[in-house]
Amino acid sequence: MSWIPFISSGLASGWRPIAGGAEARLVPQARLSGPMPWVIAIMVALTVIAAATGLSLRNTAQAAAAELSGGVTVQIVEPEAGARARQAQASIAQLRAMPGVVSVRQVPQDEVDALIEPWLGPGGDGGDEDGGSDADTDVIPVPALIVVRLTGAVTPAKLASLRAALRTVAPAARVDTQSSWLRPVFDAIQSLQWLALALVGLLAFAMASAVLLAARSALGANRDTIEIVHLLGGTDGQIARIFQRSIGIDAAGGGVLGLALGMVAVLFLGRRFASLGAGLVDSGALRWSDWLLLGLVPVIATVLAMLTARLSVIRALRRLL
Amino acid sequence: MSKSSDGEIVQFDNVGLRYGAEREVLSDISFTLYPGSFYFITGASGAGKTSLLRLLYLAQRPSRGMIRMFGDDAITLPRERLPNLRRRLGVVFQDFRLVPHLSAFDNVALPLRIAGAADKDLDKPVRDMLDWVGLAGRMDAAPAALSGGEQQRVAIARAVIGRPEILVADEPTGNVDPDMAIKLLRLFEALNRLGTTVLVATHDMHLLQKVPDSMIMRLDKGRMMDPTGALRYPPRRPAPGRRGAK
Repeated sequence: MSWIPFISSGLASGWRPIAGGAEARLVPQARLSGPMPWVIAIMVALTVIAAATGLSLRNTAQAAAAELSGGVTVQIVEPEAGARARQAQASIAQLRAMPGVVSVRQVPQDEVDALIEPWLGPGGDGGDEDGGSDADTDVIPVPALIVVRLTGAVTPAKLASLRAALRTVAPAARVDTQSSWLRPVFDAIQSLQWLALALVGLLAFAMASAVLLAARSALGANRDTIEIVHLLGGTDGQIARIFQRSIGIDAAGGGVLGLALGMVAVLFLGRRFASLGAGLVDSGALRWSDWLLLGLVPVIATVLAMLTARLSVIRALRRLL
Repeated sequence: MSKSSDGEIVQFDNVGLRYGAEREVLSDISFTLYPGSFYFITGASGAGKTSLLRLLYLAQRPSRGMIRMFGDDAITLPRERLPNLRRRLGVVFQDFRLVPHLSAFDNVALPLRIAGAADKDLDKPVRDMLDWVGLAGRMDAAPAALSGGEQQRVAIARAVIGRPEILVADEPTGNVDPDMAIKLLRLFEALNRLGTTVLVATHDMHLLQKVPDSMIMRLDKGRMMDPTGALRYPPRRPAPGRRGAK
């Protein structure tokens, strides 16, 4: 077969030749198309954005969880500064001697002051309206902070062992996992992930519904042709294939367009967030496997559209003898 | 050709048909079609000819009775086996039922395509068939561009191109001039000589004279009738080696 007539006939009649086979000619392609490729393009673009958001949130949560999984914070909550310093030093020594402890670091006073500064004002020379200095750590005792990193994730048993070890040398010590501080953040991220997943599900449902309506409309518009093909010995499979193929072409075309639109939006948003330079946001960057998954969205959409079309057509044909 | 041990190709036994809760449009219809025979079904408008043909070409299930085709019980046959049965039939619909967006060529090629013929195998038989019905120059015309008679000829060409075992034609000469009507009847006879069982529904009594070897069934108000005795009902089984009934 010469390619030139194939291409010229393809240009002349849109996607029809790609539909393949004589069966495709039984139903006019234009009647099946209409707004369907555009609807599918929009659905796919939104699905890509929602899926990318969900994947990015998952990556953020996983990175944060990995970072914090082996972390423990020891606070020495002792009002008297001398006793606090002694207990902190004793705790550090005790912790370093324990098995399974990778690193122990006392957070310097400057960092502690910087941490509480947004709430209590600058340390030393800050003050309230009365001219006092509430943020002065000499006036308001601030706990000494020790950051401990363990091998592997922190388990309740490891936590209990740490508490027991510190009880004698630092009675004012409070031991907490770092992840427990960020539990509300993780919960929020997880909720957003579920929301993204629900959005993907809803968009898939909406697309299937749109395809169902399009298939029904095409069936109605071509009822006579279908009945003729049926009476001439056409099988349900043959007739369903005509619609399935046609809607598949619409879905594939719309899907590629939607993927392009969605990718542009995801890349744009990714750049905007990357420019924030925040560690937690940076950790949400999409991996290559995520991009691959996003690339599968139009494929899944096409398969879903074809399946919906096939099932709706076969269901309608079952009403004929 | 599969058929029962008696050799009948179609057997209707006490068949009745009603639409919804209306009275029966066909009642107690019993007849047998034998391979290679030529039948007419005649009767006035509204006698039930088209309803009877719809049962024959498997567009409709009867309300009661039994229909056997090619040795199978057509009523209880699984739905997925019906297309194969339909492909053994050629049907000329009263309203032609051409696919409006297909050319005359593609309409005639339709049964072959449905049966899985490759495009390269369609050209010659379709051209020959259109040539035979006098439409060689109208192959690319859409049905809307054809006259009623031309559409009817396309419908006939589509019905016979697959060399069906039974040809069912509902008023096939209703829209053609007398010369073309005779020509089409000759085509049906030629097919009949090749072994196709032909059944033509018509209210044109003159047409019956044109095929002297045919058998005639008459419908009146949904029942098989033979009031004059001149018409042959039920059709006699042809003697071995002979076509139709005398």
